Amino acid sequence: MYRYDQYDQSIVDSRVDEFRDQVARRLAGEITEDQFKPLRLMNGLYLQLHAYMLRVAVPYGTLSGTQMRMLAHIARRYDRGYGHFTTRQNIQYNWIKLAEAPDLLAELATVEMHAIQTSGNCIRNISSDQFAGAAADEVVDPRPYAELLRQWSSFHPEFSFLPRKFKIAVTASDTDRAAIQLHDIGLQLVRGPDGLGFKVWVGGGMGRTPMIGHVVRKFIPVAQYLSYCEAILRVYNRYGRRDNIYKARIKILVHELGAAEFTRQVEAEWTLLEPLALDAPQAEHDRIIAQFAEPDYDRAATDTVDRSDPDFALWLDQNVHAHKQPGYAIATISLKPPGGIPGDATAEQMDLIADLAERFAHDEIRVTHSQNLVLVHVRKADLHALWTALDAAGLATPNLDLVTDIIACPGLDYCALANARSIPVAQKIAARFADLDRQHDIGELKIKISGCINACGHHHAGHIGILGVDKKGEEAYQLSLGGSAAEDTSLAKILGPAFSEAGVVDAVEKVIEAYRAVRSGPGERFLDTYRRLGADPFKVAVYG
Amino acid sequence: MIRLLTGNILETGDVVWWTGADWSLALADAVDVGADTDTLLAKTIAAERISDPTLVDAEPTAEGPRPRTMRERVRGAGPTVRPDLHKVPA
Repeated sequence: MYRYDQYDQSIVDSRVDEFRDQVARRLAGEITEDQFKPLRLMNGLYLQLHAYMLRVAVPYGTLSGTQMRMLAHIARRYDRGYGHFTTRQNIQYNWIKLAEAPDLLAELATVEMHAIQTSGNCIRNISSDQFAGAAADEVVDPRPYAELLRQWSSFHPEFSFLPRKFKIAVTASDTDRAAIQLHDIGLQLVRGPDGLGFKVWVGGGMGRTPMIGHVVRKFIPVAQYLSYCEAILRVYNRYGRRDNIYKARIKILVHELGAAEFTRQVEAEWTLLEPLALDAPQAEHDRIIAQFAEPDYDRAATDTVDRSDPDFALWLDQNVHAHKQPGYAIATISLKPPGGIPGDATAEQMDLIADLAERFAHDEIRVTHSQNLVLVHVRKADLHALWTALDAAGLATPNLDLVTDIIACPGLDYCALANARSIPVAQKIAARFADLDRQHDIGELKIKISGCINACGHHHAGHIGILGVDKKGEEAYQLSLGGSAAEDTSLAKILGPAFSEAGVVDAVEKVIEAYRAVRSGPGERFLDTYRRLGADPFKVAVYG
Repeated sequence: MIRLLTGNILETGDVVWWTGADWSLALADAVDVGADTDTLLAKTIAAERISDPTLVDAEPTAEGPRPRTMRERVRGAGPTVRPDLHKVPA
């Protein structure tokens, strides 16, 4: 894992000191709320429905046990004993006191963490594949490149006041686990004839106007990807619309210019930038890559796993993935237990996961954009012991990618922007489909719920997407089908009129039962059935 | 219909309601601010101790004011999915 050098640490420490002074001046009445609000937002501190909410960055979703333990401590000391892992691989705390925020950030800084650029019109936390560094199908570990992007984008003077927020994702596999085509910039590491480089997508995104990104470059060498990103950001910063917040994202610019013209402008800008030697030298690449060195694997680790415990075998089949190192596996910890709140973890659970990461997983934890956690380097021989410990803490639900593994934003239970609650809908659907045999029969099915058009719950990319809307002061829910955030990215399409909270749960069940009736066989996923047959059989099932 | 004045305490972010004389954490203590809302709102904003002061439509009930929107009802009570964190435990 990357460790801060003296520059990283001093930047973060200085920011804590600066924010402490800003908070003190606000509390003393020396600056107004209007003056203070942009300052607190630059430090990830929002004012939500019930209290201040702090969003802490987890760069490319990677954490150590020590860092996770600090997150647990913060939940306990500064919040109400829990945190919420988000679709941007971050963690949010819902009950922060402004007066205590500087102390909290100072404690975070001691474990090389912060909340900088988790809000505002800047480049946000760089996200990545949660299996990075362990995936059997990756070209190389994408995290060093994500880290370099983090360093490049942190306090970038030119890109601190963009027309709108900006999100970048980096992967290194053909299997897309980071939704790269739904990002402002999506980067996929590929090996070309001349070495390693990136395929570059631009202009994807969800929110009010969902769009799939366009490939603007099939290959840019890794030595030049920073200057190429700089060129993209420059074109956006120059021409992105600042007159209308709803049209300010880069996807709108790409759409209005057309992908070809946008690409031409980026290439022209890059022609000017490239000779300026803005890219990081090879020595810096090497320095960062060295910090993501492989763990000290047990080369004698066995591939054999005793599957005699049926509950363990169920978890093994659903939540464990292949690792590139023989004798090792990747274990996903579901934060979607029956009746639970998607993405929430208690301080005690975080402490336990920190312990288990140190004991079984070379001290590495990942946060997924699906609001689960991952232990990436687990000896297969340790899987049963790991599962036993997780199971005792309610963390071994074997439902990864099944109908109850639901993404849900905080919704109207916490969020000041939301129109409707998301979490109760997720809970009711999970309860309706609690039977594991039924879940397994349904197979892969990704339900994603957002409480407003901003789409933090990724409803546009749900096999079944649910959007909460406000209808004359009452909550209503719109159902969409056919979305995907994977390498076969597609946007879900609205099925028909909206439902009440109870009605949407019934409608989801009707959609799923219709799928079971019309699928070509148990091997055909819901998404494939939808793509084969279209919306008609589901409309009939739901609306008659 | 009545109108309530609400906001968040600067230091803590806690949701509070105007009682006619002071601010209360309990929605049940909120009073109808009547017609002179502009003056009260302006005064609250100028004082800079309550963030995001907002006027909320509500109905009077035997248990106290009931905001018309789900949003304000959730603000008043706490997250519906965590009754253990409600100001008045459910």
